[in-house]
Amino acid sequence: MKIHEYQAKAILKKYCVAVPRGEMAETREQAQAAAKKLFDAGASGVVVKAQIHAGGRGKGGGVKIAKSVEEATEIAGKILGMTLVTHQTGPEGRIVRRLLIEETLAIERELYLGIVIDRTEAKPVFMASAAGGMEIEQVAAENPDAILKAHIDPGMGLEAFQARKLAFQLGLKPQQINEAVRLMTGLYRAFLETDSSLVEINPFVSCSDGRLFALDAKINFDDNALFRHPDIRELRDLTEEDALEVEASKYSLNYIKLDGSVGCMVNGAGLAMATMDIIKYAGGMPANFLDVGGGANAEQVTHAFEILLSDKHVKAVLINIFGGILRVDTLATGVVEAAQKTHIQLPIVLRLEGTNVEAGREILKQSGLNFIVAETMKDAAEKVVAAAQQS
Amino acid sequence: MSILIDKSTRVIVQGLTGREGTFHAKTSAEYGTKIVGGVTPGKGGTTHEGWPIFNTVQEAVDKTGADASVIFVPPPFAADAIMEAADAEVELIVCITEGIPTLDMVRAWEFLQNRRARLIGPNCPGIISPGKCKIGIMPGHIHREGPVGIVSRSGTLTYEAVYQLTTRNVGQSTAIGIGGDPIIGTNFLDALELFNKDPQTEIVVMIGEIGGNAEETAAEYVKARMKKPVVGFIAGQTAPPGRRMGHAGAIISGGKGTASEKIKAMEAAGIRVAKSPADIGETVLATMGVKV
Repeated sequence: MKIHEYQAKAILKKYCVAVPRGEMAETREQAQAAAKKLFDAGASGVVVKAQIHAGGRGKGGGVKIAKSVEEATEIAGKILGMTLVTHQTGPEGRIVRRLLIEETLAIERELYLGIVIDRTEAKPVFMASAAGGMEIEQVAAENPDAILKAHIDPGMGLEAFQARKLAFQLGLKPQQINEAVRLMTGLYRAFLETDSSLVEINPFVSCSDGRLFALDAKINFDDNALFRHPDIRELRDLTEEDALEVEASKYSLNYIKLDGSVGCMVNGAGLAMATMDIIKYAGGMPANFLDVGGGANAEQVTHAFEILLSDKHVKAVLINIFGGILRVDTLATGVVEAAQKTHIQLPIVLRLEGTNVEAGREILKQSGLNFIVAETMKDAAEKVVAAAQQS
Repeated sequence: MSILIDKSTRVIVQGLTGREGTFHAKTSAEYGTKIVGGVTPGKGGTTHEGWPIFNTVQEAVDKTGADASVIFVPPPFAADAIMEAADAEVELIVCITEGIPTLDMVRAWEFLQNRRARLIGPNCPGIISPGKCKIGIMPGHIHREGPVGIVSRSGTLTYEAVYQLTTRNVGQSTAIGIGGDPIIGTNFLDALELFNKDPQTEIVVMIGEIGGNAEETAAEYVKARMKKPVVGFIAGQTAPPGRRMGHAGAIISGGKGTASEKIKAMEAAGIRVAKSPADIGETVLATMGVKV
């Protein structure tokens, strides 16, 4: 799960990570009030930052500096409601609904701090780099030695010496080291206690007066751990997510919308990806990834159907099920119910195999519905691509 | 021969009294697996479907002589269940549970270091040595005994590969689903080492997917040490970057972990990579033909 920058900063603040003074605003008036408060408190300028779940906001025109309350209000009015296109949003962009109004700082250096899980080591890894402000992936590709790393022993946490070593390697001044250590250990505690999959401060800035700040902040959470963080679940912004994907998540369906015309419903993530691949191999393009999971029941399959069909680009549907946990007869019952309920007009190609397959095929046959039954995956892909092209 | 499990493997089920645990314990027992008991804290001393239930894994191991455990415990408690099994010196732990928080697995993984237990999974279908033993949720009837070792990050895609082989009269020595999570116990490399040493296994099928670099690490091993031919497939050639494709571990992040990178590394190591998932069986046959 992703959250906004202002939400991430509010969390980091609780863990002793200094962030610039600022407020979130959803209207021009709120932005004006927030800017006035900052100028009254002595800020020399404010920055108006569009809050969307994507990076590259500055380049896309979603981050602007203002020198007065009037200017900040005018900029806020322009950014609110605009469709912001960045390299991470796709060409359709995102509508800006929230802003962060923040004080500007006298920045001397831009650095980078981040924590992710190193899959190979099965441990969190703390990353730091003097090349702040750039995307870390770009730094990793062009100059991997510029990324400093410290693996964290899960039983111990980030030790002070590890943080101190990184701070000195970043070239921070001796009088900044203790503050940097406090901030970095706080960052790790935030990662650990919120079950994050990523925390990133980019840039992490050193100001001319020596103070250290998280100028930007990004936190992604482990979806599997959200059950124990009701407060974090509250931070979810559904307007940032695809409507069909939100609908699918209500029924524990793994659905990701893509651009093609062949809808697919598969059990198991690997087989679902392979099904997308084979559709492309047969000359078509998948309209989605949809894994109905191992334990799907008839009701879930019905919901899965409704979601597939509400994508108007879908011209034909391929159902590819290899029954292990999900028994084929259960799936077949769900497909028949869903097809009857939704009065489906599109061609449906079915390829079923596995536990209780005979019972499943019998249910399809008895239904009187006009399904196209395929024998193998290849056969199924060819049939569905042909059907999509005809309809 | 086969790897890790055979007719003598004695299995307990953690979470036997649950719906999934009951269903799969029964189908495994029907397949011939020696299921010797179950663990459900608080239900110790009772029996379930004829099997004795214990409060702790230690007690179950002491009373039944179990050397393997399969876990069907819900995600919030599954990492703890893994650690409990490892602490009771169970040799093989197979964790089926999907959805374990990553940081829980970080702790469990650390706990397993310097202990004798081997973990398979989590978020996996389990392991089967056809004709001998099945620990997991795979449909047993699609398998047959034979020379092909299979290791895969995906459950249903493994069934697909097995099915393609069995319908072409080619059997399997052992099929292991290593799981779709970012942190897993047994990885490709571990499985390849075991298959390399197993006399029954003549050829290995390795089914990977986008995310991480486990396939690349395994390819290096194949190039340097593998004595048997390896056939591969990578799922997710059409997956968009930055999205988690169902499995927690299946994500292209920062441009890394793409299917094309993995296929390139595998081909460079001499692995024959099937381009289409429908061609896995045929590629195995062609490779075996080449060998003969």
